[in-house]
Amino acid sequence: MDRRKFLGIAAASAAALLVPLDPLKVLAQGGPIRIGFLSPLTGAAAASGRELVDGWNLYWQQAGTRIAGREVQVIVEDDGSTPDIALQKARRLVQQQNVHVLVGDILANTGLAVAEFVKGTGTPYFLPVIAADDLTQRKRIPNVLRMPGFSASQMTRPLADWCLKQGYRKAATIGQDYTFGHEQSGGFVQTFSEGGGSVVGQLWHPFNTSDFSPYLGQIPGMKPDVVFAVETGADSTRLLQQWATFGLKGQIPLTTSQNTTDQSIIRNLTPAETEGIISVAHFAEGRDDPETRAFVQAYEKAYGKLPAIFAAEGYTGGLWLADALKKINGKVEDIKLLLSTVRSEVVPDSPLGKNLRMDDYGNPIFDIYIRRVTKRADGKMVNTVIATYPQVSQFWHYNPEEYMKQPSYSRTFQGIKK
Amino acid sequence: MRLLLCALLIVSVAFVIALPFVLPVYPETLATETLILGLFAMSIDILAGVTGRVPLGHGAIFGAGGYVVAYHVAVAGGNAWIGMLLGIVTSAAVAALFGALAVRTTGVYFLLLTLAEGMIVWGICFRWTSVTGAENGIRGVARPALIADPHIFYYFVLLTVALAGFLIWRLVHSPFGQALRGISESSSRMRTLGYNVPFTLTIAFTLSGVFAGLAGILLVFLNNFVSPSNVSLEQSTQGLLMVILGGAGTLWGALVGSAVIILLSNLVSAYTERWSMILGLMFIVTMLFASEGLIGKAKALARSYSAGRKTT
Repeated sequence: MDRRKFLGIAAASAAALLVPLDPLKVLAQGGPIRIGFLSPLTGAAAASGRELVDGWNLYWQQAGTRIAGREVQVIVEDDGSTPDIALQKARRLVQQQNVHVLVGDILANTGLAVAEFVKGTGTPYFLPVIAADDLTQRKRIPNVLRMPGFSASQMTRPLADWCLKQGYRKAATIGQDYTFGHEQSGGFVQTFSEGGGSVVGQLWHPFNTSDFSPYLGQIPGMKPDVVFAVETGADSTRLLQQWATFGLKGQIPLTTSQNTTDQSIIRNLTPAETEGIISVAHFAEGRDDPETRAFVQAYEKAYGKLPAIFAAEGYTGGLWLADALKKINGKVEDIKLLLSTVRSEVVPDSPLGKNLRMDDYGNPIFDIYIRRVTKRADGKMVNTVIATYPQVSQFWHYNPEEYMKQPSYSRTFQGIKK
Repeated sequence: MRLLLCALLIVSVAFVIALPFVLPVYPETLATETLILGLFAMSIDILAGVTGRVPLGHGAIFGAGGYVVAYHVAVAGGNAWIGMLLGIVTSAAVAALFGALAVRTTGVYFLLLTLAEGMIVWGICFRWTSVTGAENGIRGVARPALIADPHIFYYFVLLTVALAGFLIWRLVHSPFGQALRGISESSSRMRTLGYNVPFTLTIAFTLSGVFAGLAGILLVFLNNFVSPSNVSLEQSTQGLLMVILGGAGTLWGALVGSAVIILLSNLVSAYTERWSMILGLMFIVTMLFASEGLIGKAKALARSYSAGRKTT
């Protein structure tokens, strides 16, 4: 009897709690343009998620929230850094709050879960960060586009080419042992080995490695001309610190992926640990360009720090979307038109660089920069551009269809040409 | 009083059955998820509440079934119903193995051993790229055509969870369940009475795994997606928190805990991004003032209420 009573009470209170969830009336065209923005504000990726939202908000603060006479309403939701919560939030945004467009997420599995959901609803979903290769390659979804995110292996190929041009012939890699690490490393070693270089060793370490000495100790023995590292978050910080303390800095050239020398990392390290490290990215906060400078200054003024890549991606994501919405006169309900506009338009100028556009597979083509950590006039460390690879696509110099016949990168398949 | 209870029961049953007609699709999905995770929490309650062994690796059993279904349907292109069967068998096998290794320990050792077992499964899912898709998981897991519609899927889940809940209830109140309670109170006494304690516990662990696997499969069908977070430690602790919040050993508590956690995390987060703090505060308050869980506390209150009425 007790059990029944409390089941009843539980159900009744559940019912009471659900009442406020009544859906907003689907507004006729002319109402606001509603954009759902997902970002990890709690959990593992919270710090990056904050910067993504800050960059995104900065754009709308600057540009205003009216497009073609319609109010732009942004609903920011925390994806909790986990796929389950990301999915719950995406469902609420689409099914209850009737957003026209979804934007966001940082961690691959959160974005992939949401992508799977919007495959069913047809809601346009734009990725400012998620880099999982297959999302715009072998397993793409027509309404899921990277904007202005990149696919993991796209980013590291120009770096490999640059290394070859410096005369480096033997490379060793060190990276986090998960998909993103495998893909970024795969892009590097495939291009490097196909250009005549050889890969003398690949080291993989688990997430949140507190001590890199077992790995770094092996590197001098491999006698590489250059080392490539793919690290994110706390691993970046520790790798750069230990690279310097072990005296490897200055002996073996270190090149890294975009996140390793990101502003979010180097702003907490000493110049001695970071100065001179080479990295590759589609954004460089120290790039000498009016658009980038204006963004960096505005961001510094608003948030008191230099922008990380996530901030630039959030900002440019807003810029790109707003640009497309203006072109279609705010008719966000016409999903087909919105998607085809995003696919066909060229964004002439952005903090990332000039002429951003989509390839046929929903991944952007943009300039990729080889960057060097240098000291700015005020003593802050920034990434400056030392070489530019214009208009790099996720397929590099390959034929897309041919390229996609090779397996996805993994620890066992790195695409190294023997 | 009795009349009121009957009325409440009828209203709640009617509400659960009529839910897809009265609520829009989003709360319906939340209700589906509540039922699925409630079943998962119930499967943990068999061990945590009845046998007194608190497992921290059940997420792995839950997710293992889901991975098998996902692989069978999305990669191998097999029949989803057969995939479901394979998934349940896998979960049961994983649970049997976990159980056989862990049941000789108690208390914090049992906790740590099951935690380690769960981490092994997580490691496999996270690293075996060619099969599990590693971090990216497996996408595009379609439901069987019969239950593809979200409303029908809701009823399917409702029916499955009701049936599974009934079976668990029968199990816990059977002589076998009494033996489990006996082991919880004193395993040495049960041994003296002639029970094979480790064997009995392994059976309980395996049966619990069957239900956990079933829940894991339903969740994959709901999300059409599986990733290492399905088998992660967070999954295990979330299930355990649901049990503790609702009241360990009550079975219904698992469903209540699941409902409270899912509703709170979705409702509160609409108002503040500090929703996880509110959830944490709620756990602390529950542990301080209702350490026996919501259902447990309510039962105790009801008992003292009726006892009070009898004396006057």
